[in-house]
Amino acid sequence: MTTRIDTRFAELQAQGRSAFVTFLMAGDPDPATSLAIIKALPQAGADVIEIGMPFTDPMADGPAIQAAGLRALKAGMTLVKTLDLVRAFRKDDDTTPIVLMGYYNPIYIHGVDRFLTEARQAGVDGLIIVDLPPEEDDELCLPAMRAGLNFIRLATPTTDDRRLPAVLANTSGFVYYVSITGITGAAAANATQVGDAVARIKRHTALPVCVGFGIRTPDAARDIARAANGAVVGTALVDALAKSLDSEGRATTGTVKAVADLAASLAQGVRGAARAAE
Amino acid sequence: MNSRPNSFRSGPDERGHFGMFGGRFVAETLMPLILDLEKAYAEAKADPAFQREMNGYLKDYVGRPSPLYFAERLTEHLGGAKVYLKREELNHTGSHKVNNVLGQIMVARRMGKKRIIAETGAGQHGVATATLCARFGLDCVVYMGAVDVARQEPNVIRMEMLGATVVPVQSGTRTLKDAMNEALRDWVTNVHDTFYCIGTVAGPHPYPMMVRDFQSVIGHETRTQMMEAEGRLPDSLIACIGGGSNAMGLFHPFLDDSSVEIFGVEAAGHGLDKLHAASLTGGRPGVLHGNRTYLLMNDDGQIQDAHSISAGLDYPGIGPEHSWLHETGRVTYLSATDEEALAAFQLLSRLEGIIPALESAHAIARVIELAPARASDHLMVVNLSGRGDKDVPQVGDILKGRKTT
Repeated sequence: MTTRIDTRFAELQAQGRSAFVTFLMAGDPDPATSLAIIKALPQAGADVIEIGMPFTDPMADGPAIQAAGLRALKAGMTLVKTLDLVRAFRKDDDTTPIVLMGYYNPIYIHGVDRFLTEARQAGVDGLIIVDLPPEEDDELCLPAMRAGLNFIRLATPTTDDRRLPAVLANTSGFVYYVSITGITGAAAANATQVGDAVARIKRHTALPVCVGFGIRTPDAARDIARAANGAVVGTALVDALAKSLDSEGRATTGTVKAVADLAASLAQGVRGAARAAE
Repeated sequence: MNSRPNSFRSGPDERGHFGMFGGRFVAETLMPLILDLEKAYAEAKADPAFQREMNGYLKDYVGRPSPLYFAERLTEHLGGAKVYLKREELNHTGSHKVNNVLGQIMVARRMGKKRIIAETGAGQHGVATATLCARFGLDCVVYMGAVDVARQEPNVIRMEMLGATVVPVQSGTRTLKDAMNEALRDWVTNVHDTFYCIGTVAGPHPYPMMVRDFQSVIGHETRTQMMEAEGRLPDSLIACIGGGSNAMGLFHPFLDDSSVEIFGVEAAGHGLDKLHAASLTGGRPGVLHGNRTYLLMNDDGQIQDAHSISAGLDYPGIGPEHSWLHETGRVTYLSATDEEALAAFQLLSRLEGIIPALESAHAIARVIELAPARASDHLMVVNLSGRGDKDVPQVGDILKGRKTT
């Protein structure tokens, strides 16, 4: 089965460039603004869109994404509304891949089978669930694969050669390499180390490898895009969104543009990279 | 869910499951370390030298065995069961927490880890961790919710005197669950040199099993001591439950003794229809902090604020083995409100000259109800998990009307 993710990476491969992958939180700072931002991303140059599912206890996220989740929850965001957001996006865009990223509990409570059916119908292509390692594949990974969704796994600097095969076994779509040991928005990634790590992962898989955590500027995005099949930017975009808000945390007339402008300049960085590592 | 297993003491399975509960729901960054820890703990457990060394520290440093004390005046006052107190509050550092910390620090040393992190609610686990880090010359960072830093100040001062760095956590509800989130964030960041010393029978496998094993010294001693005192097993056991480590330590060695009634007491806070911390009574199964267990949450799976007068019970979850014992029916889970705990706190202080921790006072609160309904030859053991010194300023303020619960 081919998903929009597979199609997109095949296209990029043919064009000889890497993907620019964006992350923003669903419903941040409110559902309407969030939809406007996500609609603006493909135009700004996003090749793949990751959408965070807000959760009260995001154990692997730094302060910026924690705050984004809390803003969204305060604005009444729920898992059901996140799926509504994807559905609304899909009305105008049937090609940009959408990946939902978050934590397992809201999905578990919604009901795994019900969630997978609704997510697929809404136009979701893949899932990244931070707290589901391969040891818990029975929970969601295997049902997601059966439902036709990619289950994208995180590989990290602590995922050694001995463990990589287990991590990659049921991974599809792409591999998300977390370039640092740490939480989102922390240290910057070193492009040389990232290149080595991507090469190591590619010895074990034919899947595209995207790299995230610590990429904040167009230059850094370019360097990572040279070393990998994609560069993921989250915290920098969430920060740009947060800075555009008024003192009460509400969207202003500049909010959508602030995020879209930064996305456009990061996309330029990614497109300035030479042909991606094979 | 009431199918009765052959033994209640054989869990968890190799994947860390107690029935449907438990598991390893953590970020990939932590998985290799968790697998290493599982291996290191299995090796330590099988190593007689490890057991010998631990028993030596338990005796001479912690002060074990803790007494099993017949609470004569409480028994007379209640006019029913014969009430014994398992005196964990007499341990070095003032609670049962030290039993587990000693074990984990010894495992950390075997693994060559130099930096220890911990979360703490009431501060008892933080104090125990700071103490053993001082004893073994290890760096210690304790995460504590900013709300708890304010209401448990004596323990913050103690931890700092012992050389630990106390980090007040400002995220979320600024209590125990947020301290645990922040400790997990530290661990993900510093996984190469850091050991996470979890304070209760929760978290990813192997923690619930490992912490239970280290705390089971409470139940093993109780068994021996009761045989010496009365020539037979106790008829009932009672302990308070936040995450549930003191309770699991007392209960586990008795789980297959069907004559022993077992009661866990959760914190009912302002009342079960209001803000509380009774995960089994008021929650449902979900996934948080590395394990599947009963949690307080809303219909969208968002974790809800817990409330208890006692910082150590102020947690929206519970150890996964308790969730399993609840569903199998082996243990009966009750609850006590802030007001009931305060009354029990005062009663035990006046009748026995023992000021209990507010956490342990929740167990006493149910003893006050259960003991009078039982015969005078009924042997009831309540785990006095900690002493109340840390709570004296807070309770003093409440009793003088300067503060509310």
